[in-house]
Amino acid sequence: MNLYEPLAGGALIGLAASLLWVVSGRIAGISGIVGQLLARDADGRRWRWSFLGGLALGGALLGWLDPSRVAPLPDTDLATVLVAGVLVGVGTRLANGCTSGHGVCGIPRGSTRSGVSTGLYIGVGMLVTAWLGGAR
Amino acid sequence: MIREVLAPFVAGLLFALGLGLSQMTRPEVVRSFLAFEDPSLALVMLGAIAVHLGPTWWGLRRGRALTDRLHLPTATRLDGRLILGSVLFGAGWGLAAYCPGPALVATFAGSGQGAVLVLGLLLGMGAVNAWDAMSTSDHLPAQDLAANPE
Repeated sequence: MNLYEPLAGGALIGLAASLLWVVSGRIAGISGIVGQLLARDADGRRWRWSFLGGLALGGALLGWLDPSRVAPLPDTDLATVLVAGVLVGVGTRLANGCTSGHGVCGIPRGSTRSGVSTGLYIGVGMLVTAWLGGAR
Repeated sequence: MIREVLAPFVAGLLFALGLGLSQMTRPEVVRSFLAFEDPSLALVMLGAIAVHLGPTWWGLRRGRALTDRLHLPTATRLDGRLILGSVLFGAGWGLAAYCPGPALVATFAGSGQGAVLVLGLLLGMGAVNAWDAMSTSDHLPAQDLAANPE
């Protein structure tokens, strides 16, 4: 079990969220950033596109430097992945946040909504994983 | 320029690298965390929260960011929408072990599986946006953005 990478990666995510918050006053919530860009009438499009641009460059660098870090889930058909995506999309939009917005940003702020949401999605995620037969 | 382009761009870049370094972009690793077989991924959120805690409260005490006001969520109530959404998100996360950020980063890194998940993600988000736009109830999206306010 590697402890250094999750800790250093988490710290980097915290640094990214802090930069956006301290400089621009914005919350680094991925589902909110994407969902608000999809809602055509929302303002604040420029910073969201910029964030996604940075995310895209980071993803491209990752795929170039170490593609093993985006290795797909084996034995999982694409229909299941599509259904999972729809559930994640509907769910994060209704809950107004995901792992980043509620977990990384909401919890340090002391938000009750974020704490409850994070407990629920991790708990349900664990239940569904167990129902699928664990890690396999 | 700094507020709307530079800071968000660098933040997005660091965010993606952090997700990759932490292995959150590998659904197999996420699944072994959700299956209680590898608790190390808890350190990703704990590490991020530990780093973000100080700056979060610095901003809240100061009352504004360096270049703008603070854009904080206005919703405070624990409502059915939050509960239902969190449960559906958890179900989707358990099903394929991608949450939104890692799915996007994996897609940009060339993962076809990540791209299919993002396609579903966009369809699901678009459906809720359309529902909210049609709805004339008190659920105005712009007033109900808990984690990502406008």
